[in-house]
Amino acid sequence: MTGVLTLYRTSVGKKVIMALTGFILVGFVAFHMYGNTKLYQGPEVFNAYAAGLRDLGHPVLGYEHLLWIARVVLLSSVVLHFWSAMALTGKSQKTTAANAVGTLKRYGVQKRQTGYAAYTMRYGGVLIFLFVIYHLLHLTFGAVGYNAEQYQHPALDLKNNTYIYNVYNNVVYGFKNPWVAGFYLVTMLFLGVHLFHGVWSMFQTLGLNSAKYTGLLRGLAILVAAAVTIGNLTFPLAVYFGFVQ
Amino acid sequence: MKLTLKVWRQKNSKAVGEFKTYQADHVSPDMSFLEMLDIVNQDLIMKGQEPIAFDHDCREGICGMCSLMINGVGHGPKTAITTCQLHMRSFSDGETVTIEPWRALPFPIIKDLVTDRSSFDRIIQAGGFISASTGAAPDGNSIPIAKPDAEQSMDAAACIGCGACVAACPNGSAMLFTAAKLAHLSFLPQGKIERHQRVLNMITVHDAEGFGNCTNMGECSAVCPKGISLDTIARLNRDLVMAALKGLEPTVGIPVEG
Repeated sequence: MTGVLTLYRTSVGKKVIMALTGFILVGFVAFHMYGNTKLYQGPEVFNAYAAGLRDLGHPVLGYEHLLWIARVVLLSSVVLHFWSAMALTGKSQKTTAANAVGTLKRYGVQKRQTGYAAYTMRYGGVLIFLFVIYHLLHLTFGAVGYNAEQYQHPALDLKNNTYIYNVYNNVVYGFKNPWVAGFYLVTMLFLGVHLFHGVWSMFQTLGLNSAKYTGLLRGLAILVAAAVTIGNLTFPLAVYFGFVQ
Repeated sequence: MKLTLKVWRQKNSKAVGEFKTYQADHVSPDMSFLEMLDIVNQDLIMKGQEPIAFDHDCREGICGMCSLMINGVGHGPKTAITTCQLHMRSFSDGETVTIEPWRALPFPIIKDLVTDRSSFDRIIQAGGFISASTGAAPDGNSIPIAKPDAEQSMDAAACIGCGACVAACPNGSAMLFTAAKLAHLSFLPQGKIERHQRVLNMITVHDAEGFGNCTNMGECSAVCPKGISLDTIARLNRDLVMAALKGLEPTVGIPVEG
């Protein structure tokens, strides 16, 4: 009964791992974008949202329990998604490098017949991966991208034995830096392209696509990509142009 | 018509190849692409030079022998035809035409534009059949098959195994070929029974032959002379997931290198 290892051993199996972990990650980015729209409801609502994430599932689940489960699942998804992509890409490059015209070009002339999005998956993926690391160091840990005294770490409220969050302050100061905001904006555009191909591709890889549904699934991919990208693009722009202070 | 041809010349699989430029000065727009190459070769032979080696056989689009990457597109600029069905009227007078062989690890270049595509045969050997003993040809309609199933099976069976999918795929994957061969059998009652074992065996050999990995770009389907749909690949993926869930193991030996 080691047949389940088919998912690890075969090329299509590794793609299935990419599709499943991709599904989890798409769910996360959609939820992340939706949650962040509370930025527009002012500091109190936004900070309460940040605190509330730690109490998700209360009173059934304990403080930060669901959050840590989510963190473990998301981190494993990223690791598996990245590992599969590297394994698959490595083999494909070996295939196309053989009999190639040169070290950089496979054909003397080659014309693209289909959409550009699929061609950006690897570069986009690496950019998004680097961005996620920066994003965590920036907004979660306050380690980079802030001037002195700008970032507010969670403060312990001794009276109620809870933490007080001021993530609103951190977002506003964080995006005041044009370099940080610029990096964020560029990555979101790549994320949009990544999602446009990825969401449809996920269904194709899991074998849930067919001529009947492909239009519908392409539509869903456009919807998800547009919603996440446009939503996320508004946050730094709103801060930068002073709509959120 | 006068054309300038940039053709890939390579002595054998070990030699280093290069582009060579030839002039084709007497090209009729009514010639097929392969006839044009015949004329160029005739000139080369008369001059005492080595003619350009290229694959061809039926010259009516059904054998899958002709290949050629023409100006960066498998089987040239027209959709859903093979190189032998391509006419010179699709090119303009004075144009430079670049002609290359399929380029992928499992398709070693034998000479010039001729590649060895027997890796496809080994994928077929891994599962492109049914193992029931069928006896003599059965009576027509003795096993009722729904019209849509018959249609989809026939659409997949149109694959001629030319290898344009691999050549066009930026990953050098043979998923469209493998998927077509699988779909052709799995839509029919005789082939349905072994569909999960079959997909596992054929993908195992596909990977072992050194083909790359599908990223759902669709370049394969775009150049396929038979217009095989990406649906067949979705069907392959679905069957492989089922094979994994059933805990099936591959029952084929992995071909030895060389």
